[in-house]
Amino acid sequence: MKIRMISKLAAGVAMVAMVAGAAKAAEQVEVLHWWTSGGEAAALNVLKENLQKEGVGWKDMPVAGGAGSAAMTALRARVTAGDPPTAVQLLGFDLRDWSEMGVAANLDDLAKKEGWDKVIPPALQAFSKYDGHWIAAPVNIHSTNWLWLNKAALDKAGGKAPTNIDELFTLLDNFKSQGIIPLAHGGVPWQDGTMWESVVLSVGGPDFYKKAVLDLDPAALSGDTMKKVFDDMSKLRSYFDPNFSGREWNLSTALVIEGKAGAQEMGDWSKGEWLRAKKEPGKDFVCIRFPGTQGSVLFNADQFMMFDVGEKQKDAQMKMASAVENPGFQIAFNTVKGSVPARTDISDEKFDDCGKKGMKDLNEASAKGTLLGSLAHGYAQPAAIKEAMLDVITQHLNGQLTTDAALKRLPEAVAAAK
Amino acid sequence: MTTIEPMPVVTARRQRRSFADGIRDGLPKLVLAPSFAIILVFVYGFILWTVYLSFTTSKMMPIYKWGGFDAYYRLWSQPNWYVAMENLAIFGVLYIGICIALGLGIAILMDQRIRAEGILRPIFLYPMALSFVVTGTAWKWFLNPGLGLENTMHNLGWTSFKFDWLVNPKMAIYTIVIAGVWQASGFVMAMFLAGLRGIDGEIIKAAQIDGASTVAIYRRIIIPLLRPIFLSAFIVLAHMAIKSYDLVIALTGGGPGNATELPSTFMYSYTFNRNQMNVGSASAVMMLMGISAIIIPYLYSELREKNR
Repeated sequence: MKIRMISKLAAGVAMVAMVAGAAKAAEQVEVLHWWTSGGEAAALNVLKENLQKEGVGWKDMPVAGGAGSAAMTALRARVTAGDPPTAVQLLGFDLRDWSEMGVAANLDDLAKKEGWDKVIPPALQAFSKYDGHWIAAPVNIHSTNWLWLNKAALDKAGGKAPTNIDELFTLLDNFKSQGIIPLAHGGVPWQDGTMWESVVLSVGGPDFYKKAVLDLDPAALSGDTMKKVFDDMSKLRSYFDPNFSGREWNLSTALVIEGKAGAQEMGDWSKGEWLRAKKEPGKDFVCIRFPGTQGSVLFNADQFMMFDVGEKQKDAQMKMASAVENPGFQIAFNTVKGSVPARTDISDEKFDDCGKKGMKDLNEASAKGTLLGSLAHGYAQPAAIKEAMLDVITQHLNGQLTTDAALKRLPEAVAAAK
Repeated sequence: MTTIEPMPVVTARRQRRSFADGIRDGLPKLVLAPSFAIILVFVYGFILWTVYLSFTTSKMMPIYKWGGFDAYYRLWSQPNWYVAMENLAIFGVLYIGICIALGLGIAILMDQRIRAEGILRPIFLYPMALSFVVTGTAWKWFLNPGLGLENTMHNLGWTSFKFDWLVNPKMAIYTIVIAGVWQASGFVMAMFLAGLRGIDGEIIKAAQIDGASTVAIYRRIIIPLLRPIFLSAFIVLAHMAIKSYDLVIALTGGGPGNATELPSTFMYSYTFNRNQMNVGSASAVMMLMGISAIIIPYLYSELREKNR
């Protein structure tokens, strides 16, 4: 019995190996990503099918967990072993860190042929290029300074969307009197940081954001404007429900969808949750820029960084990069994902109201120079500094640090992490 | 020449015997060799590698550029590290202390020849069979003010009831103690129970005849006799406290804020999330030194006793 089973197993293994061998002979890309949830996987499937039409096989390497940190651990192992995947989903400064290792492929020829320089926002190009050479194909642009409101609750409060942070506090007070959770928030460092960066932008404006968050000016990090930021954060904290600690962002979104909470500050990926619950923008929910930040966009873009996998795979790799920037794919992917296309020359016809607003805001911000990298999502600072800042932000929000202590600690933490 | 004649026969016989002996002697070594080699490389080899990394300038990937004690200097200037150490002290002392006290208490009660011991013993022991992730998640729901105990009490009409330790930065570390104690105290009980069953009944009878009270018998005779069990329980619990990672991640994720950061979560986040691999390695070395400080004296005393 046992022996027969083992021999069957061996035959099976041999067959799998043969099939795998046959597949390897054709052109193939191996893609490491963490898009495993239903909507994301469906969006990625579009790319997979487009490539298959061109005769390029797709070897999926999904590593879910920890918003990509598990995938990064897998990537470290692969690169250390000298066998990197063809393309890897990466964010912000991670692109630079990996490029520094000298493992990036060069996409210059393709980018020149397809005119990427003209259509991809310069603020994003700063990350898609390393040392002046294209190394990655941006897939989408998310933005984090959004506020999502339950329309019914907003209508009860007068129906006027807040345009600055004081009006926001008034609205939240009204939500409180309605007996719902005014502000749904999940107490996880990156979510605390996402709210903080919106407040920084709202209180100080884009120039202050640049100075404090992008340039890390110690005076800006501990000055009066920053004091107001932290004070406002404490005030926002008073509108949370007691169970916010450690809550996933989508559960907070669900509270707003169900009408148990009035509003949520979150990136545009939360739109996916609304759409999945069969809610319509403008009718069931309202998307506005975080009060006081209209005109600026804090961005966070998913990119496929191409790794140097040798000449043999180069052709398939270029086909994939080209397919990613294909306008048809950009529309198909981003309407599902909730983000906006990574290129500015795409018609907004197929997008819903929030998508249209996102694209319009993006173009405007890109032209004005107020398209700024998000801190919480790795587009403002390298991981070490980002996490050091998030430490202070999250400790302050949870009452472990007073505002004065946070103002003292913030520049210190930045200096220590440099 | 002639006197040497019989020699080959003897050697042949001895050779045959030594071949069978060789198999008998060599087989255990042969079977153990692969696991020995694997442990040598993947445990001790990587310990050395981690120690080396902590002296380099590694950030995102291992880089073999000498950085001296820079990583250690950075480590000991991180406020997070002090939070982690302080939490470990609170968690370790309470976890070990309560587990031993509770385990001993339950074991003594179980040892009173009670009925249904066969049912009670596994009930206390089974939490140990769960993984820390399951324990952490279950306690997370149970302690969540909006889902668990507090909510239930409110629904029952006791609206002034408040138990928000899980979301209170000052108290969150104690929820980890609660979950950890719940899981491990049954195991400690089993250790003590085995120890109690191993005590010679004659000694106790002799003490009873001499008129010693039950309390005095436990205090003066039984508990001192359990000394080796105390030591084993301490060693098992101490290393579990230092390496506990999954329990914290599942229960609080290190939060609220970083109120429940432990050295293990610190090590993971600095090595893999924050691109400060050298600092992460340095913290791992500090943890190893912490464990060594407990294990080495223990091994030393064990070996010395055996030699005696």
